[in-house]
Amino acid sequence: MKKRFTAVLLTAALVLTTMLSLSACGKKGKATVYFLNFKPETASVYESIAKDYEKETGVSVKVVTAAANTYEQTLKSEIAKADAPTIFQINGPIGYASWKNYCADLKNSKLYEYLSDKTLAVTDGEGVYGIPYVVEGYGIIYNDGIMRRYFDLKDRQTTVNGVGEIKNFATLKTVVEDMSKHKRELKIEGVFASTSLAGGEDWRWQTHLLNVPLYYEFRDNTDYNDPTLAGLNSKEIAFLYNERYHDIFDLYLNNSITAKTLLGAKSTEDSMAEFALGKVAMVQNGNWAWSQIRDVSGNVVKKEDIKFLPIYTGVAGEESQGLCIGTENYLAINKNASAEQQEESLAFLDWLFSSKTGKKYVTEKLDYITPFSTFSEDELPNDPLAREVVHYMNDDQLTAVPWVFTAFPGEGFKTAVGAALLEYAQGNRPFGDVVTTVKNRWKSERG
Amino acid sequence: MEHSIKRWAWLLVLPTFAAFCIAFLIPFFSGLYLSFCNFRTVNDAVFVGLSNYRRIFTADSEFLHALWFTVRFAVLAVLSVNLFGFALALLLTRGIRGTNVFRTFFFMPNLIGGIVLGYIWQMIINGVLYRYQYAITSDPKFGFWGLIILMNWQMIGYVMIIYIAGIQSVPGDLVEAARVDGANAPQVLRHVILPSVMPSVTICLFLTITNSFKMFDQNLALTAGAPANKTRMLALDIYQTFYGRIGYEGVGQAKAVLFFVIVALISLTQLYLTRRKEVEN
Repeated sequence: MKKRFTAVLLTAALVLTTMLSLSACGKKGKATVYFLNFKPETASVYESIAKDYEKETGVSVKVVTAAANTYEQTLKSEIAKADAPTIFQINGPIGYASWKNYCADLKNSKLYEYLSDKTLAVTDGEGVYGIPYVVEGYGIIYNDGIMRRYFDLKDRQTTVNGVGEIKNFATLKTVVEDMSKHKRELKIEGVFASTSLAGGEDWRWQTHLLNVPLYYEFRDNTDYNDPTLAGLNSKEIAFLYNERYHDIFDLYLNNSITAKTLLGAKSTEDSMAEFALGKVAMVQNGNWAWSQIRDVSGNVVKKEDIKFLPIYTGVAGEESQGLCIGTENYLAINKNASAEQQEESLAFLDWLFSSKTGKKYVTEKLDYITPFSTFSEDELPNDPLAREVVHYMNDDQLTAVPWVFTAFPGEGFKTAVGAALLEYAQGNRPFGDVVTTVKNRWKSERG
Repeated sequence: MEHSIKRWAWLLVLPTFAAFCIAFLIPFFSGLYLSFCNFRTVNDAVFVGLSNYRRIFTADSEFLHALWFTVRFAVLAVLSVNLFGFALALLLTRGIRGTNVFRTFFFMPNLIGGIVLGYIWQMIINGVLYRYQYAITSDPKFGFWGLIILMNWQMIGYVMIIYIAGIQSVPGDLVEAARVDGANAPQVLRHVILPSVMPSVTICLFLTITNSFKMFDQNLALTAGAPANKTRMLALDIYQTFYGRIGYEGVGQAKAVLFFVIVALISLTQLYLTRRKEVEN
């Protein structure tokens, strides 16, 4: 009896495994679009976009969203599969260098045709391999309610009469330092939100803030008329404006809500929550942070009070500096997908960025400022930070700082700089070590 | 009957063998091959010989640093986990009231996943350090001791159960005979109990050594290597080399192979040494 039972069990197991392996093989064919999404905050929006697209055209779109900070990992394993993503993202020229063998030429695509400024695309020789789909800006986000309260103070020590008069680092510094002295009257716990330096949370400093001094260095390079190009071609950097970087970083640290030694435990989310709850007046971040501010429960910041200030560091002539505006989100089509799949993928992107339904999603749900000519002046996202970005972009008096960090040598460089910044903030190392790390790592990671 | 089973043996073994190939042999050998290649994804590998292995040591000193950190961690963790685990096992085989409740409680941390445990301990440790204006990333020694505490918390219950099983299987008359012959408690422990539980010691040492070396999720959740990768252990270093640096995929793979060799050597030596001490009942 027992023997027969064992035999039945084994046969069942055998049948089961055979069935499983067969069913795994049976699931291919059928050209579909597979979109590997970069932005976790848009995951649910893309799901409904995919549903609507299938309803309209009958083509099914598979959307997979990589968790925050794991896009490269996810892409690396997904693209090796038989059922690989047909649309993926690269983060600029550096990303292209790494995914060269997978990017199809998009020169003849409609999407490239829509691109209002063709120089924004990632190109290599004659070919076009990455098309940006969103323009973003970052700077110092401030709470105008708190700023007004400060400028109404009787006993303030500064002669500045409004945020509009802050045009350079020196003014910013006196205002911020005086605000720190009046913390109690302003009902804040610090002027700046936490300089988050926890692992994986330091990109606002090692990438975004570092962008400013390096932009000025690359701008001075007369061999190239494009600072990003100058950055890409720099085997070594001098880090000329390191003192400016030091100044602004110290301003953040010394007027922060959080003690320097505790920053290693703070995340970007913590900083945005501090801002949303009105505990601080300023935080350095970009327009994508709007959804984070909005979704903090119990937030007290009024939508119309959320504004941008450029990141002033004390470089001569910075009065005409604008926000840091650029993109690191480029769409690429998988060259190794079937011709049919590539076509379907392009058709999907075309639909998303030019059809009525698609555009509605882009401006209202995804909150993207797109670089495409298919969007008219009034088709703009309705969030306060995106509107500020557009406002700054349209101001002819100001020069935007491009995102030269797309020319940074890669994650290894950024991580090392972030680690050095943490060590400096905690007081374990002098700032000189940050400077050497930036210079040495640039050289070694580029090589 | 027996004859026909023999004839069909290969068929019955087939599912398991297939699973073993798919989930173990093929990945193992393709991993070995990839360590000699330059590649971005596992499909586009180009053979480059030993250059990845050279780059482990020439590109930077991260691997050696991680190795040294891991060795220090492993020595301390293996000693403390086994000592505490054994001590608890001794206490909980004496028929104290509530023995089963205690055993359950000591075993429970082992049921929580490493990531969760890591975050919980990060909060606890930061909570304590905050009072002194420090965070766990302020100094690598906080991270080091945090990992030791975490490892102990997680593993003590597990090795305790194994030791309890070992101690319980020591024949009562043997202990009694020793007592009658005039052995005191430490002597009974040293000369009767310890030799009899050597098989458990073998298992526990093996488990704790390999687990200490392979520690990953706890490390990732507790410190993620901060500050400046000074608390990064081998597994995390391999992971971050593979995924974090463009063009270093092959180096990460080579590190993984080296890692395998190191762990295999250490644990085989340990097995050989402790097996010799085991006595037949």
